[in-house]
Amino acid sequence: MTEKINRKRQKKEKIPRVAMPEQEPEKRNKNFNEVTLGYTEEDALREASRCLQCKNPECIKGCPVEIDIKSFIKLIQEKKFDEALKKIREKNGLPAICGRVCPQEDQCEKVCILGIKDDPAAIGRLERYVADREMKEIAEGIKECAWSEVTKQCTREKIAIIGSGPGGLTCGAELAKLGYRVTIFEALHEPGGVLVYGIPEFRLPKEIVKREIDYVKSLGVKIEVNMVMGKILTIDDLFKEGFRAIFISTGAGLPYFMGIPGENLNGVYSANEYLTRSNLMKAYKFPQCDTPIIRGDKIAVVGGGNVAMDSARVAKRLGAKHVYLIYRRSEEEMPARNEEIKHAREEGIEFKLLASPVEIIGKDGWVHKIMCIKMKLGEPDDSGRRRPVPLEGSEFNIEVDVVIMAIGQGPNPLLTSTIPRLELTRWGNIKADPITGKTNIEGVFAGGDIVTGAATVILAMGAGKSAAAAIDEYIRTSIW
Amino acid sequence: MYKIVKKEKLVEDIDRFYIKAPLIARKAKAGQFVVIRINEDGERIPLTIADYNRSNGIISIVSMRVGKTTTLLSSLKESDSILDVVGPLGNASEIENFGRVICVGGGVGIPPIFPIARELKKIGNYVISIIGARSKDLLILKEEMEDTSDELYICSDDGSIGYHGFVSDFLKEYLEKNLTGNADKRKDIARVIAIGPALMMSAVADVTRPFNIKTIVSLNSIMVDGTGMCGACRVEVGGKTKFVCVNGPEFDGHQVNFELLLSRQKIYCDQEKECMDIYEHKCMLDK
Repeated sequence: MTEKINRKRQKKEKIPRVAMPEQEPEKRNKNFNEVTLGYTEEDALREASRCLQCKNPECIKGCPVEIDIKSFIKLIQEKKFDEALKKIREKNGLPAICGRVCPQEDQCEKVCILGIKDDPAAIGRLERYVADREMKEIAEGIKECAWSEVTKQCTREKIAIIGSGPGGLTCGAELAKLGYRVTIFEALHEPGGVLVYGIPEFRLPKEIVKREIDYVKSLGVKIEVNMVMGKILTIDDLFKEGFRAIFISTGAGLPYFMGIPGENLNGVYSANEYLTRSNLMKAYKFPQCDTPIIRGDKIAVVGGGNVAMDSARVAKRLGAKHVYLIYRRSEEEMPARNEEIKHAREEGIEFKLLASPVEIIGKDGWVHKIMCIKMKLGEPDDSGRRRPVPLEGSEFNIEVDVVIMAIGQGPNPLLTSTIPRLELTRWGNIKADPITGKTNIEGVFAGGDIVTGAATVILAMGAGKSAAAAIDEYIRTSIW
Repeated sequence: MYKIVKKEKLVEDIDRFYIKAPLIARKAKAGQFVVIRINEDGERIPLTIADYNRSNGIISIVSMRVGKTTTLLSSLKESDSILDVVGPLGNASEIENFGRVICVGGGVGIPPIFPIARELKKIGNYVISIIGARSKDLLILKEEMEDTSDELYICSDDGSIGYHGFVSDFLKEYLEKNLTGNADKRKDIARVIAIGPALMMSAVADVTRPFNIKTIVSLNSIMVDGTGMCGACRVEVGGKTKFVCVNGPEFDGHQVNFELLLSRQKIYCDQEKECMDIYEHKCMLDK
């Protein structure tokens, strides 16, 4: 048996992983169009043919929402693209999004058997392909949209979801599939949470987010925008209005600053503000759109995560000649996805590694220079990464006109502060069961970044999904 | 969509809009604000809730034409709609029976001070109001303020009505006259609440500091989301960074770094002008 798989593997491994077509770096760093162009049908078939169809597929266990990866790739091999998409949607309502922004290299693809000797199957790219294909065929009129007209009538109990990011959308979709009447309350004017305010157009086109949200709505989910919960309605109001359970998925919407001198100078942004202006408010289209953004010549981005990469790449596209990415450890420890780091480098982002800002120096109220200190790596810390230690006397200045702080986001206390009896961690995250999402208040569930701290889209989706199951059980049994 | 049920021109360039927003009206309190966005390409701007009527579900806002967004807003008519109205945001004013309080309102700071004065009076405070504008023609809400104040003083920069000078100058004279060497504790001023342009609030804080009177100001910084998510509105209060949208908008005026506030209010001066020029040019072409 093992021999058989081995033989199969040897045969399959001859086809190399199909590369993702991309816009040229020098072209794309001047526009906001999507960087990766997506597979052609030929690419997809070729890549799908690499899958070994393992008897005990590891990939499915590597997926936080347990997509039946083996089956959907099989369906692609058979050119049954619609069925492949249906197979994905059984578990995941947002395939075009996940195919783009999931860190597959740390999940499904990490455990792919092909990856032991070769590159793993490009599961994310295949997921994206089938989702995009449907969208394209509908747009071109080749196919009718099977779900756009049929907004399902849900009749079971009312459930409220706070926050329309990936966690809220997934929880809502799952509950609607079970027949619950779901209302998602969103504080901003657009649904999608981090998918619309945070992740830039060139990495996740907003048309695609809108389309996936339309799908969720077609399942019967109602989305109300401009609803800042805690202010306009409280948790108690929701219960009074007949909602039987509440899922809180408000994300990590509180920007952190470093607490160094000069951080309030004009020209210093939190990554949240910079990205919100550019993405949600479309400041990159200013003055066609009214929201302004400072377009600097020389921009420093502080941080090494995906948000830092996104900010740096937006800055480049807004015309900055130099974008410096300042990170206190080395590239190896960067929390950003490898693909994002690679893309950023290709686009001309200049990495200033092993350096940490100590002060932002101003001139007439505006950013003028950023003073950094060199770091070296010491012993590993709690996170297992080597701790950066400052090298005394190694300060140096970089002349910049904009500084973007992308050092992380915390839980926004706006809602939680209006629920005094809700138990929080000392960092302000909601204490909730990691599987069910149950909090200390009966009927109130929570999941995603508001519980775990800033993480990924797919982990929030996983939390939304398992909370949906727990909510269903709670409603059916009334057992808390 | 949020319908404008009524629009009143208060004076040249200043309008009052009555907007149907039942959920906001139900929860709004004096001192809070809304964020509005007029159309798809529009920016989000904060405006103080000037008043609210819980029974008919209507809130009112007062807006002065300064940039493109406020000019666009003033071009809207009755029965037009505003795309997005979000609120009520920020913390409500502290409304307690403090004793004698002075409410200072300058220009478009008068509408937001009005509900605060009214609530303070309702709860039993002795309300002294000082309101001012550049000139008589620009003074708004005089009657409303009269109704909610035990004493009302009017100031104008050009002397065309009331006291000739800034509200802060009048306040200084008032405090000197009534408090200096005053042994009658009943005349003590428990707090001053000042709303208006940053320079005015800064001047008021300077006036009250030597008298050691608690002074509350409502800060008008640039915002995007209004929910604590972006930090655009950050200010320094008592040496610490605060977000106006969620920590404020009201702060202890003696602790506020007004210089920083003024500087940060000017971040987008050039862009605002560019946007306005394009808009005006387009309006001319349309005509």
